[in-house]
Amino acid sequence: MSILVNKNTRVICQGITGEQGTFHTRQMVQYGTKMVGGVTPGKGGTNVDGIPVFDTVDEATRKTKANASVIYVPAAFAADAIMEAVDAGIEIVVCITEGIPVLDMVRVKRFIGCKESRLIGPNCPGVITPGECKIGIMPGHIHKKGRIGVVSKSGTLTYEAVDQLTRLGLGQSTCVGIGGDPINGTNFIDVLEMFEKDKGTDGIIMIGEIGGTAEEEAAAYVRKNITKPVVGYIAGVTAPKGKRMGHAGAIIAGAIIAGGKGTAEEKFEAMKRAGIKITKNPADIGVTMMELLKKGKKKAAAKRKTSKR
Amino acid sequence: MNIHEYQAKEILAKYGVAVPKGRVAWTPDEAEDIAKNFMGDRLCVVKAQIHAGGRGKAGGVKLAKNHQEARQYAEAILGKKLITHQTGPEGKEVKKVLIEEGCQIARELYLGMVVDRARQRVVVMASQEGGVEIEEVAAKSPEKILKEYIDPAVGLIPFQARKLAFGLGIDKSIVNKAVKFMTGLYQAFVDSDASMAEINPLVITKDGNIMALDAKMGFDDNGLFRHKDIHEMRDLDEEDQKEVEASRYSLNYVALDGNIGCMVNGAGLAMATMDIIKLYGGMPANFLDVGGGANKEQVTAAFKILMSDEKVKAVLINIFGGIMRCDIIAEGVIAAAKEVGVKVPLVVRLQGTNVDLGRKILAESGLNIITAEKMNDAAEKVVAAAKEVS
Repeated sequence: MSILVNKNTRVICQGITGEQGTFHTRQMVQYGTKMVGGVTPGKGGTNVDGIPVFDTVDEATRKTKANASVIYVPAAFAADAIMEAVDAGIEIVVCITEGIPVLDMVRVKRFIGCKESRLIGPNCPGVITPGECKIGIMPGHIHKKGRIGVVSKSGTLTYEAVDQLTRLGLGQSTCVGIGGDPINGTNFIDVLEMFEKDKGTDGIIMIGEIGGTAEEEAAAYVRKNITKPVVGYIAGVTAPKGKRMGHAGAIIAGAIIAGGKGTAEEKFEAMKRAGIKITKNPADIGVTMMELLKKGKKKAAAKRKTSKR
Repeated sequence: MNIHEYQAKEILAKYGVAVPKGRVAWTPDEAEDIAKNFMGDRLCVVKAQIHAGGRGKAGGVKLAKNHQEARQYAEAILGKKLITHQTGPEGKEVKKVLIEEGCQIARELYLGMVVDRARQRVVVMASQEGGVEIEEVAAKSPEKILKEYIDPAVGLIPFQARKLAFGLGIDKSIVNKAVKFMTGLYQAFVDSDASMAEINPLVITKDGNIMALDAKMGFDDNGLFRHKDIHEMRDLDEEDQKEVEASRYSLNYVALDGNIGCMVNGAGLAMATMDIIKLYGGMPANFLDVGGGANKEQVTAAFKILMSDEKVKAVLINIFGGIMRCDIIAEGVIAAAKEVGVKVPLVVRLQGTNVDLGRKILAESGLNIITAEKMNDAAEKVVAAAKEVS
């Protein structure tokens, strides 16, 4: 089991004829993802390695029965591309593009409203269910089929955690990059809810960073709704106030206008209060999960013993 | 990107937002000329133009009775290093002053707009506590901040502006002026891809006008590509020179106070690398994200920036090769190290795609590179190296 994507997911690539789009489409095909089509306005009727290219997402969806899309179009056109995919009824829209203006995302979110589509990203590495389906730019080979769900705002830091899990033999059920932009499609809470329901996930790793209050809100959600073990890490303890740290959303605000300033300390504290096992050492994310699972098993075994008596 | 007060007022004026009549001066001569000929030698205000707030308390805002006084104040302020709570102890040199007409203030209010991340909408905030920092109001009496969230499909609706205006206790005879002011500000905000606009104070004059006595605007860097005019307002004097240099190569660089330079791919991993350095007893000298697809030129540029920082006693390169292969990175690092020269211990940690080949290339380079396999191992080694040097 897994969440969001699996071996039956049928994927189209928006921006397939661009350099990034073509390169990553090939990588995804190589991984085993069912790439059924691509979209580039004006290039309909052509193909990329035999994958048909269409002029519109609407046509591509009708002709290929695609239910997921991955977007590699430049930032200036990305909002348009997301809304086109949503309008065509694509279930999972994964936007890799970095640098989308935040007010474009305000409009995109308004457009999505209550529609059925789920947007992942933007400015994210994508989603992968190891051994089944890779939608995005992550290196497939570091992943391993397993039972730990990973949700993160970051790209390479997620690879770091994934690599640790793979080396420890734990593997991953699904890894979701929600992106580092101030306004994104899917948030921690959405993914946590899916992992909680997923029978293939035994534990959850949550990787946040400075900026905003999504981690605090997710921590409050975990306290109330999540029964599975959760390990948390927040990047940016040493980040100064008021400076953007690479990601558009990674900034500690001067003002406490809504909730918190977005410091790593506040987020770690919120996680602790929610019963999330935190680690302040990014090299220990994997082992922290390993230990937590062992403890859980011991507890469960002890419980079984006492109940037998 | 941030701009100066006078630039923000230029933008706002185009949208019908009332601002005091004023002009910017680079020299005392210009200041005198503006006060005398443009202002008609009446009461005027001389305001230092730096990006940091708190200028008034630091002596950067002076009321002049005539053009002679305007000149005197301009002389005193121009070239002076203004130290406010936002500049840091080193202060900021004033290179220009805004000469503005004075007005009779009846009330001082606050009006601001930002993108609310949690609500995913633009929020308009207003408060009766004009001249006070909104952070302070938010901390002490958050109930005093009035808020209206804007639906992007319809924009700021007049009733929302009226609600705010009546909430601020603005007299009904001038509520319409307040509505015009707010809708103009909102339009300026969305048209320019702003990330922040702040009118503090927003004043009501004794003759019943509403005016932006101060104005501050910040813009979404991701939106600048469609606003050439605003991009041109960028003032490089207000930014860290190493950060400016880095942005030329599309590198994300932020200067910090420590002595361990770092170069990492990816923003999250870059922050995590800084944090682990601290965890092992060191302090990072910078944040530097070379991005997911860095090429040799970028790696070299990044290397030069790190080496130009005299505080740096050791460098940690932490790369998780994904699509970017470790062997390519290794070659880039070696080329950069040979070109720039390495004066301090260099710890390199590679992981991911083609890692074995990458490590082999580093080992055979003949360069004095300390290699590490894991992040904690790398942090420990670089902290030890920095301590040895200093």
